[in-house]
Amino acid sequence: MIRLFSKIPDALVRVIVVVVLLLSVVLLIRLVLPRNLTDTAVHVQSTMDREMQKPVMYAGQGACTDCHEQSAKKASGYHRNLSCETCHGMARQHVENSLEIKPVIPSRREFCYKCHRYDPARATGFPQINPAVHNPLKECISCHDPHDPKPPTVPRECDACHGEIARSKAISPHVQLECTTCHIVAAQHKISPRAVRAEVPTEREFCGRCHAKGAAPKDSPTIDLATHGEKYLCWQCHYPHLPELD
Amino acid sequence: MNRRKFVERLIAVVASVSAVTAGFRRARAGVPEGYDPGAHRYSMGIQVDNCIGCGRCMEACKAENLVPKEPFFFRTWVERYVIRKDGTVGVRNISTDETSAQEAPVDRNILRSFFIPKLCNQCDEPPCVQVCPVGATILTEDGVVLVDDQRCIGCRYCIQACPYGARYLHPVTMTADKCTFCYHRITKGLLPACVEVCPTQARIFGDLKSKSNPLQRFKRMHKLSVLKPSLNTEPKVLYSNLDGEVR
Repeated sequence: MIRLFSKIPDALVRVIVVVVLLLSVVLLIRLVLPRNLTDTAVHVQSTMDREMQKPVMYAGQGACTDCHEQSAKKASGYHRNLSCETCHGMARQHVENSLEIKPVIPSRREFCYKCHRYDPARATGFPQINPAVHNPLKECISCHDPHDPKPPTVPRECDACHGEIARSKAISPHVQLECTTCHIVAAQHKISPRAVRAEVPTEREFCGRCHAKGAAPKDSPTIDLATHGEKYLCWQCHYPHLPELD
Repeated sequence: MNRRKFVERLIAVVASVSAVTAGFRRARAGVPEGYDPGAHRYSMGIQVDNCIGCGRCMEACKAENLVPKEPFFFRTWVERYVIRKDGTVGVRNISTDETSAQEAPVDRNILRSFFIPKLCNQCDEPPCVQVCPVGATILTEDGVVLVDDQRCIGCRYCIQACPYGARYLHPVTMTADKCTFCYHRITKGLLPACVEVCPTQARIFGDLKSKSNPLQRFKRMHKLSVLKPSLNTEPKVLYSNLDGEVR
């Protein structure tokens, strides 16, 4: 073997060594290094592929309308351009398992503030409120339908004469109550208002229908009639057309 | 066969063999059938006047792209510009935290205030791609700048180089992270998450290679500007009605 090598000219041995070294470098690059390190096109493609395979969280408006018909009132209301997931949150899991996983239904005032709290940097004309004075104890959705959020219609039949009361009531938690909820008004009252008076409630139990413990409307503040205020009538402390809020 | 001929033939053989093998490698790289990046060119329009600073886009982006919840990490964010009568300009990022009441500056000295949504501009001449020492940031054929988080070494060079501050270092992976136009969504035909949830259509997304879409209409109907045009980065995020003070 050594004799065989000694027969090969020295120069040729050196050439062979260099060639073997070069070949091994090429093989190393080809076989050992990952292909996306040596080939830009492969690298770009593999990065794109990995990016494409990331999970989708927001299903998109198309996925919602596949199952849920968009109601006519949303299609014509002020919120017509909102996609469902703007309020109901990401819905991919709901799309995959619609029976068990339900999207959120935001009902707290704070959620609506995100868009509708007054902010001077918002465009003039964009509907905004001051949360401290706009019915602070009521949830927005008790007066506004979020799928068709037009300003609620306020009962107006008495404000021709009782404008001051109507204006107070308009910003009070009692805004949605008709005057006739509390007052019994004979038809004759409109013709001769001084001769035929509107009746006013006379006992605490009348207010208790909504504000006693366990009363029906869930979002109204409740008290225990037996201990709260003792001998006084409700309206000796609370003004019914603009009840204080705390 | 003389030496010259031999060398010539050798070069020809080597060249043809390498060309054939390169072709095989392209084929084996497996370009997916359904999606052709060459057929798209994505861009986003921002109607500044429509932005109400509600922060839905920031929240949706964080949820969609698993961006850390801390208010320091953003792929997209919204700035409140406040221009005072004495000419000074204040810029603050708005917060998505609903408990900290939106700081509404009611101040007689304020001339104008407005919101500017910002995100990666997906530049056609991206400085971040240029500076990356390991080639981990790439500009794809459909015009999106992506980060290969397996190659990124977290040197923060690109974060420094981005003139728009669009990049951050992900605290878990310790690699650079940025807006991808929701690449996993747009390649499936969905809208980016921020565009999907924007309640006022302040963000408009579209493909510049398609003839009619909301973005093309937006481009026709508005006078457009980009951020820092003097840098010649050629951004693909287009703003309409941009105040001159916005940087």
